[in-house]
Parts: sequence; C-alpha cells; structure tokens
Amino acid sequence: MSVFNQSRSRVIQIIFAAVFIVIVAQLINLQAFSPKYRLAAENNAIYRKVIYPDRGIIFDRKKRSLLENTIMFDLVVTPSESKGTDTLTLCNLLNIDTADYKKRMREIIFKNTSVRPSVFEPLLTPELYAKLNENMYKFPGFILSERSARTYPYNTAGNVLGYIAEVDTSFLRRHSDEHYEMGDYAGMTGLERVYEKVLMGQRGIKRLIRDNKSRLQGSYQNGLFDTAQIAGKNLYLSLDVELQQMGEKLMTNKVGSIVAIDPRTGGILCMISAPTYNPNYLTGNQRRKHFAELLLDPRKPFNNRAMGNMYSPGSTFKTVSGIIGLTEGVINEHTTVTCNGAFQGCGTGKPKCLDKGTFNFKEAIAHSDNTYFSTVYKRILDQPRYGGADSALKVFNKYAYTFGLGHKLGVDLPTEQKGNLPVSSYYRKLFGPKWYSCNIISNAIGQGEVQTTLIQLANVMAIIANKGWYYTPHIVDSIEGGDEYKMLESFKIKHYTDTNIPDSIYDAVQDGMQAVVDYGTAAASSIPGIVMCGKTGTVENYAKVNGKMVQQKDHSFFGAFAPRDNPRIAIAVICENAGQGAWAAAPIASLLVEKYLRDSIKGKERQDKLEEFTKKNLIPYLMRLEMNKRDSLRQIKEAQLLMQQRMSKEAGDTLENEDGTDQEIIKPVAPKPAKDAVPKTKNTAAAILVNDEKKHKKISRTL
Amino acid sequence: MNNKNTSASQGIDWFVVWLYAILVAIGILCIFMVEYKPGTDWMQTFVSGKTNYSKQLIFTGLCIVVAIFILLADSKLFTAFANLLYAFGILLMFATFFIGKSINGSKSWIPLGGGFNLQPAELCKIFTALALAKFFSRQETDFSKLKSQIIGVSIALAPAVLSHFQHEDGLALAYLSFFLVLYREGLPPQILIIGTTFGVLVVATLILEPNTLAIILTAIAVVTIYFLRKQIKRKKNILLIILSVWVLAVGIQRFAVPYIFNNVFECYQSTRIYSMVGKDYDCSMNRHKSKGNEKPARKPDDYNVRQSKIAIGSGELFGKGFLKGTQTRGKYVPEQHTDFIFTSLAEAFGLFGCICFLSIYLILLNRIIRIAERQRSTFSRVYGYSVASIIFFHITVNVCMTIGLFPIIGIPLPLISYGGSSLLTFSILIFILIRLDADRQMVLR
Repeated sequence: MSVFNQSRSRVIQIIFAAVFIVIVAQLINLQAFSPKYRLAAENNAIYRKVIYPDRGIIFDRKKRSLLENTIMFDLVVTPSESKGTDTLTLCNLLNIDTADYKKRMREIIFKNTSVRPSVFEPLLTPELYAKLNENMYKFPGFILSERSARTYPYNTAGNVLGYIAEVDTSFLRRHSDEHYEMGDYAGMTGLERVYEKVLMGQRGIKRLIRDNKSRLQGSYQNGLFDTAQIAGKNLYLSLDVELQQMGEKLMTNKVGSIVAIDPRTGGILCMISAPTYNPNYLTGNQRRKHFAELLLDPRKPFNNRAMGNMYSPGSTFKTVSGIIGLTEGVINEHTTVTCNGAFQGCGTGKPKCLDKGTFNFKEAIAHSDNTYFSTVYKRILDQPRYGGADSALKVFNKYAYTFGLGHKLGVDLPTEQKGNLPVSSYYRKLFGPKWYSCNIISNAIGQGEVQTTLIQLANVMAIIANKGWYYTPHIVDSIEGGDEYKMLESFKIKHYTDTNIPDSIYDAVQDGMQAVVDYGTAAASSIPGIVMCGKTGTVENYAKVNGKMVQQKDHSFFGAFAPRDNPRIAIAVICENAGQGAWAAAPIASLLVEKYLRDSIKGKERQDKLEEFTKKNLIPYLMRLEMNKRDSLRQIKEAQLLMQQRMSKEAGDTLENEDGTDQEIIKPVAPKPAKDAVPKTKNTAAAILVNDEKKHKKISRTL
Repeated sequence: MNNKNTSASQGIDWFVVWLYAILVAIGILCIFMVEYKPGTDWMQTFVSGKTNYSKQLIFTGLCIVVAIFILLADSKLFTAFANLLYAFGILLMFATFFIGKSINGSKSWIPLGGGFNLQPAELCKIFTALALAKFFSRQETDFSKLKSQIIGVSIALAPAVLSHFQHEDGLALAYLSFFLVLYREGLPPQILIIGTTFGVLVVATLILEPNTLAIILTAIAVVTIYFLRKQIKRKKNILLIILSVWVLAVGIQRFAVPYIFNNVFECYQSTRIYSMVGKDYDCSMNRHKSKGNEKPARKPDDYNVRQSKIAIGSGELFGKGFLKGTQTRGKYVPEQHTDFIFTSLAEAFGLFGCICFLSIYLILLNRIIRIAERQRSTFSRVYGYSVASIIFFHITVNVCMTIGLFPIIGIPLPLISYGGSSLLTFSILIFILIRLDADRQMVLR
C-alpha cells in the first residue's frame, strides 16, 4: 500500500521546496538588495528631534542686556486625552465661549490628529499662566509647555536688533543647506539676521522612536547617535542704550534718523530710525496683529532709514568738496568768494545763497555759503590740468570714495544702500559728451545726483574728526568666546583717506565746523562747555503727488563731532521735511552729544530744549495724509462692523433710532481736514510707537 | 494492538513534538516583540494574562492539555468519528448563518459566551482532513474513477463554499490545499496544470495590457501550430485543440477575468489584488459596490504591504536584534501580532533569521510527509498529507502576503500567529497525526 503513487510524494516535496525557494528569493531581494527599505524604516520610525539651544543675548557697551530670553508658556492639548476637562472653567479663563473651544479642538484634530499634542493657546500672558497653572488639575490632556522667547527690557532699538520669526518656505529655499526646518525660528532682520549663525548656537539632535501615529516611544539606541546642543554666543555691542533711548525719544513724531559713531573705533553708539517700534510688540501672542499694523503703517517703521534710505546730503557735503578743493589747491584757507545773493558762475543765478557777503573758507562753512562751494566745485571740474570734466570728476570721485561715499561701508546690518557718486558716463548720457561743470553744479552743495546714507554722513564726520581715517562703522564690538566666523575682521582694518590730504586741511575744515556751532548756522545748538564741530544741511526734496513731482518742505540735516580735541562722538541727524538743518537736526544732535559726553543734559535751558524737541510733531504733510486715509479706512471698517452688530441687534427698532445711529456712524467717515488729524495721529503714534511706558498692552485707539 | 498496554509515549515521534514546541515558543516571543513596551516588567506582564503574549501562553497551556488527551486517546476513535465530526462541522457552519456573529465583517463566528467565539470553519479543517482520510481508506473507494474524484473534491470544497458565503475567503482558500492531497492520491495532474495555467493567465491579465496579452497568446498559438505542422497534417484534431485552447485563453483574459474581478470578488478584494501588481482598481465597476455602505474607492490599498515590506526589508542581513525593531515598536504594521507576525521576526533577525525560521517549517513539513509515507493505513497517510498541505498552504499564503507576492488575505501563520483557535486547530491537527503515527503498525479503516 505504502508504495502507492510514491513518485507523487516526491513531486509534492519538490513543490514545497520550490515555494520556499521563491519565498527566500524574495526575502533576499527585500533584505539584502533593497536598502530603500532601511531608509524608509528610519523615516518612519526615527524622529530626529531638534533641541534648540538658547539664543545668544545682546548687550550694549556697558553690558546692559538689550534683549534677553524669557520663558513663555503655551497651553498645549492632546485632544484624545482631554476627556473630562472642565471646559467651562477653561473657557472662562481663556475668555472664549464653548463654541470657540469646540471649533479650536476640531481644527487641532484636523490639523494634527487627536493623539499628538498641539498648541491650544500660544504665548500666555503671565497672569493667564498663573491662573491656568492653579487650575491645571481640572484640565486633563492639557499641559503648559515652555518655549523660549525674546524680550527687550529697554523697549528700544527695534530696527537695529531686528526680530526673529518662524521660517517660511521661501526662507527654507534660500537657506537650504543650513538645516533649517519648518517651525524653526530664525533672525529675519537686523542683528538677529546678520549674526544668526553666532546667536543661534548649535542645535542638538535627539533620535527618538515614534509609532505609527507619531507618538514618541523613547530614545533610539539609548541616545547613541544623539548630539548635544550648544548655546548661542552673546553679542557685545558698541551701542549705548541710554543714548539710543534718548534718540528715539527725541525722534518721536518725526521722520528721520540718527547715527552716532565713536570715531576712534568705528563703533556705532546709537542708530535710530524714526518712527521705530517697540520690539516687544513683535513677541507674545499679539505679534501677528502688531506686525501687520506696523507693516501697513505709511511711516514705514520697519525701514531702517539710517542706512536703507539714500538722501541728498545737502550742505553737509560741503565739508567734503571743501577738503577736496583745498587738497587739489584750487583754493586755500584764505581764498575769498563774494556772494551777492546767488552763484553767478554759471549765469543761471543758481544756487542762491542765504547770507550775502564775502567769505573765506572758514566763514563759508560757518554760514554754509552756496556760492563759495559752487565756485570750488566749478574750479575743480574746470581745472585744465585734468584735461576735461570727465577726468576732473574722476579725480573728485576718487577722493570722495576714500571718504566712504558711493559704496557700501560694510556695516554689520542688512539693507545697507551704497549711496551715489555720479560718474561722467552718467552725465554723458544725460547732457551729451560735451557736458561741463555748470550742468552738475548743484552737486557742490550736496544736491543733485550726489546721494549718501546717513551712516555714510556720520562716517564722514568721524573721518574729519580723526583727520583722515576711519574704521568701518559697526554695531557689534565683540562676540562672546571669540569671533569664530571671522565676522568682525573687517572692522579692525583702518581705512585712510587720500594721504595727500595734510592735517592742516582738516584743521581748516574743523575751524569752519567749529564756527558753524559757535556763531554760524547752528549757533543755537552749541553746548556750553563742549567744543563741537558741526555742519548743517538743508535739503530740497520732491515727492510724487498725483504723478507730479512736487517740492516738499526741506529735509533738516546735521553732521557733527565732539569734542574737537580727542573726539569721542561723531553724529549725523536727518529730520525729514523739518525745514532748515538748524531748526531740527542740529538741536537734536547737540542734545545727544551732550548726553553722550556728559551722561546727562545739564541746565534748565537745555532740559527745556530736550522737552521741546521731544514734543515737536514733525511728521511730513504727505505722510499725515496717508495716515489719515488709513485711519478713516479703519473707521469705515469699524463703523460697518458696528452697523452690522446694531442692525442685527436692533432689527426691529424704530426709524428715528436707526437714523440716529446712522448719523453717529457716518460722521467719522466724512473726510476731515488734515489739521484735525494731527492730534489724532499723535495719539496713535504715541500708542504704537516707541517711548511709551506701556508694554504688551493693547493699543488704545481713540476714535 | 499488542502494544496497547505499554506506555502511552511509545511510538510517538518526538522530533515533530520538539519542532512543534520550538515553533510555538518562537510564536510567543514574536508576539512579545510586537507588544513589548520598554519600561514594563515583562515577567509580570507574562503571567498577568492581560497581554496577548500572556494569553497565547495560556492558549499554549490549553493546547498541551488537549494534546495530552489526544495522545492518550485510542487512534481508532478518529476513524470511527471522522464522518460524524465532518457532518457536525458542516452543521455548525450552516448554523453560523442563523446564530452567527459578525466579527470584522465576516459572519463566521459562533459566540460561546464568556467572550470566546468559535469559528467552525477553522475546526472544519480538522474534520475535513479526517473525513477525506476516511473516504480514501474505504475499501470501495477507487480514486481513478470520476465519481470518487467528484466525491473527494466535494468533501474538500464543501466547507470552502460555505466559508465563502460567510465572507471568510481566507479560510475558504485554505481548503484548496486539499488538492495537494487529492493529487497525491491520484487526482489527474491535468487539473493542477490547468489550475496553474489559469492562475498565470489571471496574473498576466492584470499585469499586461489586454491587447498585448492577446497578441502574445496568438503568437504562442501560431508558433505551436508551426512546430506541430507535421503532426497537424496527420491529425487534424490537434489544430482544433490548439485553436480551442487559444480561444479559451483569449476569452478568459478578455471576459472571464474582468468578470471575476467585477462580479465575483468584493471591491476590497479586487483592490488588494490589483494593488499587489501596483495598479489601481476602479471600484465603480464592481457589482458589490452599491450593495454595502462601503467607503468610496481610495488610493491603492497597499499601506499594509508597504509597511510590511519596509519592516522586513529594514531587517537586512542579520536584523536589528531582539526587541530592537523600530517598525515593530512603532506599530507600523497593522495586525502585526496575527497575520503579519512574520514581519516582526524578519525585522529583528533579518534574512539569516528568516531562513533559519523557514527551515524549521520545511523540516517539519518534510518530517510530516515522511511520517505520512511510512503509514501502513491509507487513513493515516491521507491524513498526514492533509496536515502537511494545510500547514504548507498557510505558510505560503501568509509569508507571500507579507513579502508582497500574494494579495492580502487573512490567514494566520501556523503556530506563530496570535490566536487561540488557530493555535488549537494546528495543535490538534499535528497531535492527531502523532497519535496515528504512534499506532502506525495498526491498519485503520
């Protein structure tokens, strides 16, 4: 019996063996020759948790911290564990209704599943945190999770420090090789951006095992492959907090900028771009709202006017043309030029001069005589030894370049502009090959095509103070633990202006600049007991209104350094559309110089001046119009909202009632004269912008 | 008969018992790997009875008790009750239609109370094996006759048909394994060949474009006619046969296969089969579509296979080590303690471990066939082959499913997968064989 069909037993065994061989073959294929599965498994199951180090702290020159890290708390919820939460209490604490609570929960579950923790309420205020913390036992599934945030104890220097923000996709694309991930924070502007590498520190990576629902299950291989995080390095700035604060205070309700440099080191002592903002507005849970508000502000508070805007330097440029004229020998200290009301050298009667009379070099600077410097400029360009205006301009520009004009200085902040030193090819295009000095005579007095940034102007002041050299202006003085990335190297190189310029020429210019403050155009801004050298500037400017270029009120400029011997501060101030240099920029500069040199403002008269200029509202007319428009738009929106609410509430009310509300609402919509807007603007500005003592408080808006 | 008085352990094939014990132990460790959470006291959870591995341990204890009973029983008992048990099993399967309970969409369970459920189709494997053995051991059975063949096939497939109507196609498929037994006992090999050809044709239909396949089939027919042209001249019949085979083949790929997928299979089954070859199946063509409240067709339903392949593939040559499988710990593979238990082993021990593990199975199967072949009675031999075929079929389908060679179907890995019924069934199957083998000197009817 047992031999029956025995051959088929073999066949069956062969079938068994064949099938096993097929299985083993596929296993070999999967396990020995498909490394993609190992990678897929790692992607699946190994979660690389990035451990963020603390960002570096930024200190001012006296080791006061301009910004610090604080712990803020997020209310985080894991929806699947939140059963039995006292919803009502929670809603009352958070000041939301239960419908809102449910909506948020739905959104969270939709976005991030119900088993993973998600942020329910970000960046709690300290009071709310305290209240929640007491009641946490009532809210199973909720936890308070810490996160590091920036805080600015002095509420100052927003434009300089910059802000950090969550990286977006375009940022990730631009920095694809720097290992940023979605959800990371990175410096977006200012120092935070330039020194991102230093401040960021080194992120650590922890490998964790996660399950199919992305819940973490513990460490992978007991942390064998983990790397530790290294905290960010602190920055020590040359900035002086008190000076910065006072500068910002002085620039309240003004548009403009202030830059002060320590001429001996090139360290920036203060850099104010007005209007600025309180950096604390860009942290905390109101960030998004504030950010939008600042971004849409017609005064452009995010714009760093100290280096991102180019201005015609106006009469402050006369110092440079004067030095070049003296060096090239077209004039000497004793050369005199007479002005009868206007420069006649070109026959156009332009530019005009304010003070009639005959001036030597010193007096010409002191009284900012346009004719004198037009003559100097014309003489340089017409010098036969250069062989034509083209090469003469080249000689002029060669000097000007060494004064740091016409190119980026290399300041350690983003958005620096290079200014403009016009070259002959430009004029050839404009006036044809036969252009001559009279075509461009307005450059002599800093109008025309010459453009500088304010920091370049401050740097020129430092050069004159130093008599011919400068260090590139910079904010960061030193980095904790050394300059690992060689970011400060370029600030240690001493730059010289042309060595042909002897000290005597600088002395002559300084004489003139001292005279400006002693009895010249800026005599009202002299500081008792301090020898200050300065130069005013009054710059004509135009703005496009309805497609036409319309002349606006002059920009007020002032450049200065002090004291004359062993200068410790060089400063440049611009106050947009504030009139003559002596009216706004000069007094502001003098107050800051006194503050820096003496640590305080001495004497009642000077104190009053401080008060007076702090209170002055010099917002340009066009900007006020813009703000006005925006405010009324906002009013319309709010009125509409109000109307809707009332309509729904009082749907059944009488006719008179409705009439009444209509009038009440429509009234603010009606266009108002600009004058009316001024006080209101002031209120808004005081609320949003810096210098108010309020911190993290809601913006109070008066309607 | 003379040995009856001697010890019950006499004649027992201890080698199979050892293999059985090793496999069950591996199974428990695999389940332990799946369920293990770091930081828990595993000694305590093993005895707590709350975790699956602990439950499996209890089931193993139960199986040992049952095995001892079987080993102590008289082997005549099995021949005597074979038909009766089969009838009982079929009755139970019918009963499920009335008193059955739906679990995971298949109405194939009979609630026993106390949270336990019985799946008659599982038990019926044993009964069918016994009944088939009984049928062949009858003196009057002559399997070369068509009538006997039909009866044999019917005995094997009756529970399968019932299982299909209970929506338990995995179990139904398992009954196909009896064809191996039938083949061993004299079923014409043509049936297996035709069956295999049909299978190849179905797969080809899925993979290739309909027209390409038709052209290939035509080409094969033409080439065959060309090579057989001399024989065809002598015998015109051959041409007719070739042509009819060609028509049949094209007909199958053109009409029969789409018909099967659209009308016979459920939507999810078609989707799984299509996804195995990397294609989408449009459920809107399926007849069953409008019947149930099924969800609309989604992307290829290959999450399970993908995760299973990732887990296995990431094991590489020597595996990640015991309890170190990241995919297993992360619970990425669904149903990992039951149908996909192989993945945890493959991830932890790699190719090397898999081959060792499969070798144990292969040794077991060979041993069972050796046992079957050394039986003097037809009953024992047929039964032995049934056991080997069932186990082989389960292993093949289960492992092929996890490595992406077979569509996903709920079939456990014998002795390894978590589950009381399955463990008990395979234990009974094996221990009855051991009992029968111990009495191999007897001629059982």
